[in-house]
Amino acid sequence: MNERQANTLVVTLVTIANLFIAFLISGIVIWVLGEDPWFALKTMLYGAFGYDEGLGYTLYYSTNFIFTGLAFAIGFNCGLFNIGAEGQAYIGGLGVGLICLWLENWPLWLVFPLAVLVSIIFGGVWGAIPGYFKAKRGSHEVVTTIMFNFIASVIMVNLLSHVLRPPKEMSPESREFGERVWIPQMHEIFDWFGLEITQTPLNGTFIFALVCLLLVWRFIWYTRWGYELRTVGINETAAAYAGISVSKNIIIAMVIGGGLAGFVGINEIMGSSHRLMLNFQAGIGFTGIAVSLIGRNHPLGIFLAALLFGILYQGGAELSFELQTIDRHMVVLIQGLVILFAGALENLFRPQIEQLVKRISSEDS
Amino acid sequence: MTPGKMPKLAIELTGINKNFGNVCANKDVSLKVESGTIHGIIGENGAGKSTLMSILYGFYLADSGSISVQEKPTVIQSAHDAIEVGIGMVHQHFMLVDNFSVLENVVLGTETGFSLNKSLEASEYELHRLEKEYHLEVDINSVINTLPVGLQQRVEILKALYRGADILILDEPTGVLTPQEADHLFRILNELREQGKTVIFITHKLREIMAITDNVSVMRQGEMVAHLKTADTNREELAELMVGRKVLLRVDKVPAKPGKPVLTVEHLCFTDFSGVNRVKDVSFKVHSGEILGIAGVSGNGQSELLASITGIQPLQKGQLKISSETITPAMKADAADMRRFGMAHVPEDRQRMGLVTSFSANENSILGYHKDPAYNGLFEMDRDAILSTCKYGIEHYDVRPNNHNLRASLFSGGNQQKLVVARELERNPDLLVVGQPTRGVDIGAIEFIHRQIIAMRDTGKAVLLVSVELDEILSLSDRILVMFAGQIMGEVKASTANERDIGLLMAGIRKEDA
Repeated sequence: MNERQANTLVVTLVTIANLFIAFLISGIVIWVLGEDPWFALKTMLYGAFGYDEGLGYTLYYSTNFIFTGLAFAIGFNCGLFNIGAEGQAYIGGLGVGLICLWLENWPLWLVFPLAVLVSIIFGGVWGAIPGYFKAKRGSHEVVTTIMFNFIASVIMVNLLSHVLRPPKEMSPESREFGERVWIPQMHEIFDWFGLEITQTPLNGTFIFALVCLLLVWRFIWYTRWGYELRTVGINETAAAYAGISVSKNIIIAMVIGGGLAGFVGINEIMGSSHRLMLNFQAGIGFTGIAVSLIGRNHPLGIFLAALLFGILYQGGAELSFELQTIDRHMVVLIQGLVILFAGALENLFRPQIEQLVKRISSEDS
Repeated sequence: MTPGKMPKLAIELTGINKNFGNVCANKDVSLKVESGTIHGIIGENGAGKSTLMSILYGFYLADSGSISVQEKPTVIQSAHDAIEVGIGMVHQHFMLVDNFSVLENVVLGTETGFSLNKSLEASEYELHRLEKEYHLEVDINSVINTLPVGLQQRVEILKALYRGADILILDEPTGVLTPQEADHLFRILNELREQGKTVIFITHKLREIMAITDNVSVMRQGEMVAHLKTADTNREELAELMVGRKVLLRVDKVPAKPGKPVLTVEHLCFTDFSGVNRVKDVSFKVHSGEILGIAGVSGNGQSELLASITGIQPLQKGQLKISSETITPAMKADAADMRRFGMAHVPEDRQRMGLVTSFSANENSILGYHKDPAYNGLFEMDRDAILSTCKYGIEHYDVRPNNHNLRASLFSGGNQQKLVVARELERNPDLLVVGQPTRGVDIGAIEFIHRQIIAMRDTGKAVLLVSVELDEILSLSDRILVMFAGQIMGEVKASTANERDIGLLMAGIRKEDA
């Protein structure tokens, strides 16, 4: 076993151990509440993928988490702690909504690339401003991005209640845009091949998210731009030595991150609600941080972690529906425990597991 | 001591073992230090000297083995225990509070009662006595950061003596001193010995062992390989024991054949972020086919000069000429531009600058050259091209282990440096800028790197060498500039240079002033 394989094994085992502990404690809480934890687990898993509608919802939630997870990961690889995916997704979604409202009679194959571009620009600008402050003025991105989340929120409330709300409508949301620019939903896509599945909000954006995973992976680890980004992230002095501009790369990472977060708007606005509305991004940006950290900031890990959180969202909803004593707060508790153990306390079992792997690999050789 | 009698032992270590994970830092180490002597411990970086002393001073607990102090078995579990039995330590990096006075620093940690002033008054008398007794004059009211390093070191020694130390451990004490300051330190150590104190002197410099110690112990790869009387040995024997094979201490080279200037530095100034002028109006030329050495005690503006020349810091004032290219501050040239103009740079600090230590050797082999079209496709990098560069470097520069996938942090200091040297030299630059090429590098690798630098010169390249190791400057350079407080104090021809003259310049004293 070489160093890299051993490392991968350690990371995998550590993550599994942490998740196991998180679920174990959740199980104990459920047991204390007088319910059968085994039954709860089965209900949750059944709710998440036991039938095609549940699976559809799981993947639909996962799509969002993939985008915000990637948004965080790209910053993290450049040494940034971008917690502004929430606002970047919100503003990116605004861009998507505006283009759809404006070009609602154009064909989808034209509007989709435009919407992608516009959400990159909107979300990217929302990431670039804190990035610029960080690069040129040294303002810490954790402070500025969280402020930009609030600014985004205020802008959206204003636009939706005063500018984009159709006259005589009561709720703060835009009108529905034309069906031509709706991204086909998964049951429609399956229908083209003669397969029948239940209708869910899951739509073609899921496929786009998988493409993004692949592209980000290749970008970070296989291109010279990714090389520069990672160098800046690990060692700014070495970057200066190598003639790599630290400020340029910080801004680039924030722009790409903002753009990726903006794609949440494509899934939510163009793929599901078909209108601009308040708080469509609620919590997705923040969950992305956990997704990326649990997934070790690597696209493959992010995919798995996004799936996990999709399961928690969808399975958790099923759980609170099935069991009277368990309300939606219980689901938040489970998510919290997962974040606590797999994110914050991720090194809890690491020394023991490293010892174990070392012993296994030395027996090998 | 009278002949025939067994000398009294200040320290006796028996069978000390210490492992860090899989790494064996000390293996069955035994050491006897006679009371009232200066005992040298010599070994290369990573030979286990510092670990052994940390065990003696209570920073680490040995896995096994025993310690006797003044012939009494002792358990030392903390620095406090060590001080209790009369062991004091002067660290390589001083443990002083910069904005406290000498007196406050010495008293720190030994105050009694509620009133600080009372403790200070009580200590003042004692401190004066110590200063007089050991000729360690320092103004006890001056603030630490206003004192030169030589005096700061004296404060460290005073601190140890104040705590009643009979046995003093000095860890690489001359690293930050000029040769004159080092000589002064040696006089102090002699004084201490005469007063019956025992000194353990850790170093990797053979010259110092020969100059000051009574006995010497040699460590290699965690083991004690020899205990010798200094009078009965010589530099060559010690070097051989340290490395485990014969080494050439002199570098063989033919006289330089300097050609046209390749690098011209004119009126270069550098001011740091807090407004201190670090480099003051420095001008010089480096010609093709010569090695220009810049000597100086560390921290006299050499790092800032290097950073300005190599583009790591933007040029602030003055101008540079590299071959036919003129670089002005307005150009805002960065390190990538400098490389394009034909400069290669082996930086002072390979771990902070020269390498991204968590990258593989492979990825490190193109740091700074990653934009070269040879390594890039339209979007993705050409992994095969990078791999062949890395493999070539590893083969030809004898980097061990021969594993291009290994993280840079897992190579030893010497092999890390070889990775950097391979990368920079293989680009065939017109100008090679080298900072501290052999800091923390084992003797075997030093030899190799020195030969490579001289080979560069002999192919007609210009080499600018900055080093705080005077031996290195003297053996490699053709001309020597000495830097002090950001200025060039003077130029010395290498063929006629001697340590004394350079030492005076390093301390900021010009011949005409002296």
